[in-house]
Amino acid sequence: MRKINVEVITKTVKELCMEANYYCNDDIRDALIKSKKTEESPIGSGILDQIIQNAEIAGRKKMPICQDTGMAIIFLTIGQEIYFEGGLIEEAVQKGVRQGYEEGFLRKSIVRDPFNRINTGDNTPAIIHYDLVKGDRLTIEVAPKGFGSENMSRIHMLKPSDGIEGAKEAIISTVDLAGGNACPPMIVGVGIGGSFEKAAFLSKKALLRDVGEHSAIPYVKDLEIELLDKINQLGIGPQGLGGRTTALGIHIEVFPTHIAGLPVAVNIGCHVTRHAKKVI
Amino acid sequence: MTKKITAPLDKTAIVKLEAGDEVLLSGEIYTSRDAGHKRMIEQIEKGEELPFNIKDAVIYYVGPSPNKPGEIIGSAGPTTSYRMDAYTPKLLDSGLSGMIGKGDRNEDVIQSMIKNKAVYFAAVGGAAALISDKIVSSEIIAYEDLGTEALRRLIVKDFPCIVVIDSEGHDLYKSEKVKYRITNNE
Repeated sequence: MRKINVEVITKTVKELCMEANYYCNDDIRDALIKSKKTEESPIGSGILDQIIQNAEIAGRKKMPICQDTGMAIIFLTIGQEIYFEGGLIEEAVQKGVRQGYEEGFLRKSIVRDPFNRINTGDNTPAIIHYDLVKGDRLTIEVAPKGFGSENMSRIHMLKPSDGIEGAKEAIISTVDLAGGNACPPMIVGVGIGGSFEKAAFLSKKALLRDVGEHSAIPYVKDLEIELLDKINQLGIGPQGLGGRTTALGIHIEVFPTHIAGLPVAVNIGCHVTRHAKKVI
Repeated sequence: MTKKITAPLDKTAIVKLEAGDEVLLSGEIYTSRDAGHKRMIEQIEKGEELPFNIKDAVIYYVGPSPNKPGEIIGSAGPTTSYRMDAYTPKLLDSGLSGMIGKGDRNEDVIQSMIKNKAVYFAAVGGAAALISDKIVSSEIIAYEDLGTEALRRLIVKDFPCIVVIDSEGHDLYKSEKVKYRITNNE
């Protein structure tokens, strides 16, 4: 049994909130630079320049890459041999988000109630996903999610007879609909199978993968390659103003499902798709 | 070729702008987004005066991140514009001449832009730190309780934008996408 004081969670979450918002991940930066070389649209190419330059400015000045510093989505992967002391995990996470957004000069974008839209003032509550695994390590991953792209995400409850062609159509039509609203070039997260909420969760989790890192399942990898090509034929381009760079990557997760179902969830990520991780 | 323009923008300046023009915008603009728009419309419907002169004004759809001590403003990139579509024709009828945001607009907005001779610019979504550098002053003038959504007056210098819908209704979101679309997709 390993003991971890929940203060460690607070401190780590706080630091990761800032890190994720200030620094563009290397995989995304590399993908942007690579796409700049192949982008045929002059407007699109100019936009990619601005995006690359912006990431450099944000990192240097330690300021948010995007003003929408998102709803904080927190993934806790907890080794079940850990004993937590010093308080509740949930409270420790929320405290870390509160401190990170306040001390990091990040925007507070959360309203208390979906209709009576009063801002909570500290960007809490964060959404927390818990995963229990073997061992005694704790992995904390913070993925601030902006809502320009979140609003363009969709879930499709297909029939088994729709098959893989139906799934492809659902994914491509969602990206096409997202267009310029989702701040392309996008990262496309897809969850296929499971139940309604499992598919949505997997599509979110797929966004945490490094861009260009394919599924370990051969047919899923082939599907990722085929769909990225098709998505980049849509013509949407950087910021929806035309071009070849509509998505930098598409990540697909699959899961067992019910004899009657074929859920397909598509979670659209923008060109910064932020996430920062630490293993304790 | 990049055009330099200065806000407020009167009709003579507006009609010279064409979809596809890259511009560097300087001058005075106002920030407003979802909650701020709702409140402006409520004021107009009650017959109250708006907190700023909307005639020939440019509104920037943005909710900036907080400024660090000694800095003018935090990161300040555009938010998605379609959420303001429901409110926009009424503001255009009241004299608004320009909007800066990202993403396409609905047909009601485009028709109202043609009728009122207005222009819609796109700034690069997510280029928030770069745009922040182009803002030389920022002051909250109303709706302070809305936090990031408060109404601000900004002075900007060489803010990079693209004319995406012009006063004749030409729409770059429609015209450019088809140029690069490969149509043998199923």
